[in-house]
Order: sequence, then structure tokens, then C-alpha cells
Amino acid sequence: MDPMAAIRETFFQECEEQLAELEAGLILMESGAAEAETVNAVFRAVHSIKGGAGIFALDALVRFAHVFETALDQVRSGTLATGPGVMNLLLRAADVLADLVRAARDNGAVDETRTAALVVEFTQISNLGHEPPPPPKSQPAAAAPVPAWQISFTPTPPLYAKANETALLLRELRRLGPIEVTVDTTNLPELSEMDPEGAYLTWNITLEADCAEQAIRNVFEFVEDDCHLEITAATPAEPSLKPGDVITGDNGFSFEFFPPPVFDEEEPLAPPEPEHHEPPPAPVAKQSPVEVMAAKAESAAAVSATIRVDLDRVDRMIDLVGELVINEAMLSQRVLEAGIARASGVAMALEELEHLTREIQDSVMAIRAQPVRSVFQRMPRLVREVAAQTGKQARLVTEGEGTEVDKTVIERIADPLTHMIRNAIDHGLESPEKRLAAGKPAEGLVRLTALHRSGRIVLEVSDDGAGINRARVKEKAIENGLISPDAALTDDEIDNLIFLPGFSTASTVSDISGRGVGMDVVRQSVAALGGRISISSRPGHGSTFTLSLPLTLAVLDGMVISARGHTLIIPLGAIVETLKPKAADVFPLDGEINVIRLRGGYVPMVDVAASLGYSDEFVEPDQSVALLVEGEGGVRAVLLADAIHGQRQVVIKSLEANYRAVPGIAAATVMGDGRVALILDVDAVVKTTRSELSRPEPSVLEAH
Amino acid sequence: MGQSTNSDASVRELIAFRVGRQEFCINVMAVREIRGWTVATALPRSPRYVRGVINLRGAVLPIVELAVRLGLPSNEPSARNVIIVVQIAHQQIGLLVDAVSDILTAKDSNIQPTPDVSSDLVKTFVKGLLPVDGRMISLISLDHVLPQGEMEAA
Amino acid sequence: MSTTVLTVDDSRAMRDMLRHSLLAAGFRVLQAEDGLHGLEVLETERPDVIVTDINMPRMDGFGFIEAVRRDETRRSTPVLVLTTEVDAEKKNRARAAGATGWIVKPFDPIKLVEAIRRVAA
Repeated sequence: MDPMAAIRETFFQECEEQLAELEAGLILMESGAAEAETVNAVFRAVHSIKGGAGIFALDALVRFAHVFETALDQVRSGTLATGPGVMNLLLRAADVLADLVRAARDNGAVDETRTAALVVEFTQISNLGHEPPPPPKSQPAAAAPVPAWQISFTPTPPLYAKANETALLLRELRRLGPIEVTVDTTNLPELSEMDPEGAYLTWNITLEADCAEQAIRNVFEFVEDDCHLEITAATPAEPSLKPGDVITGDNGFSFEFFPPPVFDEEEPLAPPEPEHHEPPPAPVAKQSPVEVMAAKAESAAAVSATIRVDLDRVDRMIDLVGELVINEAMLSQRVLEAGIARASGVAMALEELEHLTREIQDSVMAIRAQPVRSVFQRMPRLVREVAAQTGKQARLVTEGEGTEVDKTVIERIADPLTHMIRNAIDHGLESPEKRLAAGKPAEGLVRLTALHRSGRIVLEVSDDGAGINRARVKEKAIENGLISPDAALTDDEIDNLIFLPGFSTASTVSDISGRGVGMDVVRQSVAALGGRISISSRPGHGSTFTLSLPLTLAVLDGMVISARGHTLIIPLGAIVETLKPKAADVFPLDGEINVIRLRGGYVPMVDVAASLGYSDEFVEPDQSVALLVEGEGGVRAVLLADAIHGQRQVVIKSLEANYRAVPGIAAATVMGDGRVALILDVDAVVKTTRSELSRPEPSVLEAH
Repeated sequence: MGQSTNSDASVRELIAFRVGRQEFCINVMAVREIRGWTVATALPRSPRYVRGVINLRGAVLPIVELAVRLGLPSNEPSARNVIIVVQIAHQQIGLLVDAVSDILTAKDSNIQPTPDVSSDLVKTFVKGLLPVDGRMISLISLDHVLPQGEMEAA
Repeated sequence: MSTTVLTVDDSRAMRDMLRHSLLAAGFRVLQAEDGLHGLEVLETERPDVIVTDINMPRMDGFGFIEAVRRDETRRSTPVLVLTTEVDAEKKNRARAAGATGWIVKPFDPIKLVEAIRRVAA
């Protein structure tokens, strides 16, 4: 890639991080929990975006970031108070800044009136200018270049303290033209009185150059406050200096061009001139109270070093560790087969190896793990926007942002979470008037929580709204033919009807939740990740959506089964329960499909081996084990197999990499004996028997 | 293998193997490794010539029974059988054959054209015939070992 | 031996930009992500010139320059400050802290190299 394009890409990546930091910081400020460092971080975020945008000449972004930054600087210095109005403005500015960044990245357009309106608001609160300050006006150039200049240059001690060097300035001058230098040592004190870090010399330079005075001033740009400089037009002098020339002072001081500037060996030789003396700067610059606090906060903040690693490398390592686990298991099996005693040294060393291997596997998996923070940080804006669109007041509280989960999972939870939060505000929270009438604060609360529970990540979205209107949900489900009118459902079952395909409680499809996506789609996308979603609700008190997901998509918890001699893995997430079917509960529905009676309902049965084409014969149900599984959209079936061999975590291997997708098979894995086992695609297997039986389970059938 | 870098483009190194009573050869450059037979895990709804998949150091490797693919009688594989792991485009597959018989260096001019016969299998796979010490070895192309369109499926 | 430049900047894009520009100009480039990191680098390296940003987490540019100037063995190292715009107050604070000179962002790679060359021995 073109290096500039790569840097540009880095810049936009970094912008996303800065925007997330910005928003998180502003929210902390809004809640009043911000420390000085928070304000600094917020300022830095905008400042960095502006700096980077400057490199790429993203002018609209630079202009807006400048206005925003100036306001934040005033907040930082305490000259702008962060009342609710200002915080609201800052939050909206963060949103606009995000839009501008993305527009710049995608060469898209932004709503310029919105940007302009915000700039006006900023101006009103803080008397800001609309534009960044113009670049420094160069001082008016000297009327006409003269062929030669007389320069008198007297450094003061701070010049050296800042690591500037007379020699280098002279070298720089020489680039303009030949120079002749004499040193005035009149002010040189006695050695006993000399301050080793003082500056006592005046350099008189004749520069033979047809240049403007400004060109000379530019040479002294960095030191203009740390020296006395006089520049006058002069007649050219002879001779000029050549490289390597040695300048000799009146009292024998000599100075060669390009000496290494070693600070400690600087030999000042003249007494300070009182009228020229500048007080040296205080060793530590004065800090504002905010900065002092910031410094404390900074030193208190835990520092963790990070490195960036190509994802391919990590994945390669995960693959290899997966191999290590398999090899270790194979070795254990061989040792066992060889009849080596468990108490033997070999067996014990092997146990140690197994332990280590598991630990390496966990550590490697942890490399891909990332906190859910990046996703959580996108939600406050969503809450603000949805609240504004629905005329509701909502506040988002998040917990457990630091909870870690595999990167691939993180990437895929944003959509379901977005829908859940939209839904919580749009359908969960009442209007401010209704809330007040119900004795609740006008502002509704949406709580987003992440936590680890038994090897999975659990995400909860709860609201303090009205809860599910069960009468309405049931009515709607009957209307849509999802349940029969006389179905007897528990409260829980009614609540979970909202996940059925084709269900929507809103009488009018609103702009917010109704983007053609219902909770059924959310449920499906969650199921595709090996996750589950459920809802619990208390009328008048609100609802809680609970989403549970595996921590990684690279391994899977599975049930090992065998069907006609074939070993298969069924994802544990799909299994509701295991059964021992009785012949008396099995009924033929037609020539092909049997159903089993299960707690008053009937569920179709699938012979796993037959459905995969491994066998033409159907297993006798009472000779087999059965697993009640649930596929997409809550569709259930009972799978029949010969035996269950227990649970096992397996590393997922792609079949497509070297072959192609196989119907009914989701992926493959390698077992402890080194053989490949296939992972069943439960959805596909369930569907094959369900084309005519697409009604949900178990409610419909119970009502028959 | 050491001579596979031979710069003379008209000379190629071929690996010859037996399938049933016939001998075939492929370009040695396509061969990644040769291993003994291990039991493959059957794949549902696969063509008959796909014996299943095996574990090749963590990757799932499909095994093509070349005899069946070339329309010859199938034999239940045993420990004497060999799997030639070949690279075809971005994929690796294992070819189940009876035994590796020879490594040959052949000039393009040694390779005789395949007679025009009606067999589709011959047309699809046999790219030429190589006479070696009174034997006839068919040079086969691997492009169509897996059915068309499937190699790109990944 | 080529001139070694240490850049201290918390922005990845800016670091990449500096690295790209400086390598192209034939400098040896060391990079640090903030002031503290910069000081760590200085424990083992002796750059000829330091280029630092001001606004950084953990330790900002002012703190960093002051620390460099307090270090007997490092204080003669020229330090150039990257400032986003001409902000007199910030420039003065940087100078008070001991900055040798400054570079106005968005920098032009030629001007950057020019400024470094000006202060490098």
C-alpha cells in the first residue's frame, strides 16, 4: 500500500478510538464523575483528530475540530462552566465530529447546516472565532534587499539551556551567504566570577547576502526571546568564510565551525551584562490547578503497555495451540493404551503437560479477547438519538465495559445490542407524561450490563418502563396466527412470543424499531453466534433482555454423539435437553416423519444418520437416545442418535478451506484420536423436516 | 525434488503412481507431501469419489479416491495405500492411490498426445501419454479432480 | 552515522507520518508514544534531536521537555515541539520548559526536516 494511504487509514482508525474516548469522557463529565484527567483526555481526543486532519488537509474537519477544541480548552482552564446546556452542546458536537470524520473517510457529505449551527452555538457560549487563527503574519519584509547585513547577536543563558547553539545559528546564517564573525569579549568576567552556565559573548557577524531581513530573522526564530539581536544593513565585508575556517576572537578565543555542541563544555567567558540579563525561567513551569490535578491523575492511572499484532499471526497461533491440544490428547491416549500406570513418572509428566497445554490455550484465547467497551461506547449516542426521535427521555447506564470477549464476538454483538436498546426505548419506556402519571421520573433508565457467567458472556439490556403488555402481545400473536386463540400460555411464554418470526407489537411500524427488523431477527443473529436471548418482564416495572454468548467463536462446546458409527458434534447451545424416548410416545405423522409427544405437545423427530444420508434405515426410537434441540426462530425438533458420549470443547475447523460447504454440517473438528469429526448444523437438519411444519414450538401444538 | 528448479521449461519432473493396473503421473511441483493411509471421516452427500476428510496437522483435508474419480473399480484402502497431498489453486486435497511408482524427468517432446477417444473421463483428465521402459503412463491434470465450480466455493 | 531523531507523539497517524518523513530524509528514527515512554527511550538511546508533541497522556510535552532539561546527560539535546497552530501561550510554555524550537502542524515534511537540520549538530 502507498505509505500515505496507510497512514491515512491509521489516522481514521485512530479517529474512531479518539471519538469513543471523547464520548466516554463527555458522558463522565455529564454525570459529574469526571476528573481533571477526563477533561484532558477529551481535549486531547479532539486535538489529535484536528492534528491528523491537518496532515490530510481535511479542512472542514479541521475547522470544526478547532472550534470544538477551543471550547474544550476553555472548559479545561475553567473559563467555561459545564452546565447541562454546555454538556449537551459538547455531546452534540461530538456526534457532528464523528459524522465529519466518517464523511472525510468515505468522501461523503455531512449536514452542513447542523455543523454551522453548532459553530454558532459555540460562538455564543464562548465568544469563539469561526476560524482557526490565521497563520502567523510574517513581519513586513524589509523594503529592499541589501547586499550585506551587519548582525549583532548576544545570547542569554536560556538560549543554551534550551539546547540552542550559537555555532548552529552561524552555520544556518552561512547558508544565506558568506559570513565573517568576530567575538566581543568585553563582558567576559574573571574566571572566579564566571557562572559556568552564563552567556557573556556578543557575536558580530557580517553577512554578505542579497536577502531580506526576514530571512535573517527566520534563522533566529527559535531564539529571538533568548538573545539580543540587531540587524542592520551594511556594506559587504571581505573576506568570507569557508568551511573549516577558524574564527579567532580578540583574546584568543577560537571557534571552529560544526563543533559538536557539548553543553557541559561550553566555556562562557564574560560577566553578565545586567541590562541584558533575562531572568532564567523557573525550573518547573507554573501549572494551573487543573493541570496539577491532571498530573496526579496521570501518575495514579494504571499504565499498561500494549503492542499491536497482526490478527493473522494470532489466528495462526490459535491454530497451532489447537494442534498442541489435540496432540497432547493423542499422546495421553497412546500412553493409556500402552498400559503405563497412572502413578508412573511418564503419566505424571503427561498430566503436567496437559495442564500446561490448557493454560497456554486459555492464554492464547485471551490474546484475542477485548473488552466490550468499544461496543458499549457506541450506545450513548444511539440512546440520545432514539430518545429524540421518539420524544422520550432516556438515560443510559452501563456496567461491565471491561468484560472481555473474543474480537469476532465483539464485532458481531453490536447489531443485536443496537436493536435491543432501540426496542427498550421505543417499546419499553413510556412517554414522559405517562411516566410522571405513573409516579416515575420523566427520564427513563436503560441499563446495559456485561458480565461473565459460566464460560459465557452475558449481556443484559433492561429498562424501567411499563413492561410487556401481555394482553396485547397475546392478541397480536393470535391475530398473526402465531398461536391459537385458546392456547394456554405462561407469562414467560407470552413474553417470549416477541421473538417469533413475523411478530411486531407496535401497531404502527415506527421509524425506530421498525426497520424491517424484529426481535426474531435479533434472536436468529444471536443463535448464529451460538448464543441465546430471552426476556423477562414485570408489568409496570420494566423488562430485561438477556443475551448469552460464547466467549469465542473459535471453540465450541459440543455434545459428542454417534449415529450409525459416525461421530458427530452437536453444539451445546442448541440442545434443550436429552431424552430417553418411549415407543408409546412416538407417532407417525406421515410415511416419513414421526412425532414424539413431549409434555402435552408433539415435536417432529429427525434420525440424524438418515438425515445426513449415512443410512437409509431409521433407527428404532426406543433403541436410541434423543436430544431436544432448538434451531433458528425457536423451531424445535428431537434428534435421534445411537449414543451420547459426553460434552467436549472442540476447536472449530473449516471444511470450506480445502473443500466446500456440506449441507447439514456446520464445520469440522479434530478429536483426541486425531480423526476429524463433523459438527452438525442443527438449523439445517431441523429445517429439512420442517418445510411443512414451520409453526413454533411448543405452544401451537399444545393448543391443538 | 532437487532438480525441480531446472530452468529448462520443456523438461519437467513428474511423480508416477499406480491406481489399479494403470500408471498415472502428475507434475511434482503440485505435490506437497506423501503420507500413509488413515481412515477418513465420511462426508454426507458427497460424490462417491470423495472418501471423506482427514486431519492434516490441524487442517481438514478432503480425500479423493482417484480410482473412482477416473472411473476405475474401487478398492477398500489398506495401510499399503498412499495419499498424495497436492496443492490445487488455494486448496490442498489428498489423492488416494495404490502406490507411488516412480519419479521421472520428461521432456515435453516425450509426451505423446492422447488419442481422440470418446471417454469424457479421458478427455477431462488425461493430458498426454508417456512411454517409459515399455510402460504407458498417463499424465493427468488435477484441475478437475473436484467437480467444476467447487474449487472456488471456498 | 546518520542523525538519530526521537519522536514523541501519542497519535499513531502522526508517528507514522513522522517516521515516513524522517526515514525518507535519511534519519534514524526512534519513536515514543508519550513523555514517559520518551524518557524510557532516553535511558538507553542518545538521539541527536527530539521532536515532541505537547498534548499527550501520562506525561505531556511540557513535562517531558522539563525532564530532559533536568537530566545532566541529556539536557543539551535539542527538542523541537510540534504545535498544532500558532498558539502563543503554548509556545511560550514550551519555551519556558526548555524547548529548542518548534514546528507548526500540519507540518510539511520539508520544513520538518529543515527544522531538525537547523538544530542538529
